[in-house]
Amino acid sequence: MRAKVWIPLVVFLAIVALLGVGLTMDPERVPSPLIGKPVPDFTLPRVADPDRTIGPADLKGQVYLLNVWASWCVACRQEHPVLMEAARDTDLTIVGLDYKDERGAAVRWLRERGDPYLASGFDPQGKVGIDLGVYGVPETFVVDAEGIVRRKFVGAVTRQQLRTEILPLVAKLREGQS
Amino acid sequence: MTRFLPLLWAAFALALAVPAPAADSDPEDLRQFRSETQEARYWDLLGQLRCLVCQNQSLASSDAELARDLRDEVYTQLVDKQKSDEAIIDYLVERYGDFVLYRPPFEPTTYLLWIGPFLLLAIGFGVLATVVRRRNRAAEPALSEAERARVADLLETDSDEDSRA
Repeated sequence: MRAKVWIPLVVFLAIVALLGVGLTMDPERVPSPLIGKPVPDFTLPRVADPDRTIGPADLKGQVYLLNVWASWCVACRQEHPVLMEAARDTDLTIVGLDYKDERGAAVRWLRERGDPYLASGFDPQGKVGIDLGVYGVPETFVVDAEGIVRRKFVGAVTRQQLRTEILPLVAKLREGQS
Repeated sequence: MTRFLPLLWAAFALALAVPAPAADSDPEDLRQFRSETQEARYWDLLGQLRCLVCQNQSLASSDAELARDLRDEVYTQLVDKQKSDEAIIDYLVERYGDFVLYRPPFEPTTYLLWIGPFLLLAIGFGVLATVVRRRNRAAEPALSEAERARVADLLETDSDEDSRA
């Protein structure tokens, strides 16, 4: 009889714990079905040099970041210095995908803020964006030497994520390759 | 508050007076379908698919840029490429995951989602049944013959006299 008195409290605490865990999860982070699969192939004209193209085929055999950005994207402003640092201080290869942008604005963005990318593909219609399952710019994919997507980050990559997640993963992927 | 009331009415009237932006200027509303069934399929598909930006809206109801692009894509695949509903849904799931489906598939990760409510219902019925059964048992006569006589006696006594006593 005594133990029974505690049942409602225990049930209540269980519900609180369940909902509490739910609160810490971010519904914006939709798991990407691309992880573990080859990065969708594309060939796009480069932002700064429209006569040349860029695509995953050019990067076969390299571990790289594919960063989806746009000059209209507010969070990209926050992320940009982090990418600049990564490009300057590490040997990370970063490829850009300029998503649903205007070329003039994109070129100006890269000129004014610096260009951390090996090159950026220009995707004004967002078609490649759809193939990549892009839904919230900026998004960043870690692609291994075989062209397999290993991780995806939605939202601005922080210094913390770069240091503790991306760089170690890239190092590991490179090691496995040699 | 009363001072602002006329102002409020005026604002209300103004809101009614301004016509909504001409809907026919939107190319999306000029879509041509080959048949009514095709158009019905188009709307049915959009209703089943979820917008990833405004996550509680379907592709049909969302005004997000991405939803627009995906509507275009669904239209092109349905009308121009004559793809089946399944092919179009697969196309989107391949890119955005099961998340785009308002009706997620029945698989190990979603067992709890699909079965959970029924499980809770069953537990609820179980608890209800036990409580009712126990209460019935408790309702059995609790008074002895002597107590019954005393109750009857008390009920017959005039309450006023009783309180004075």
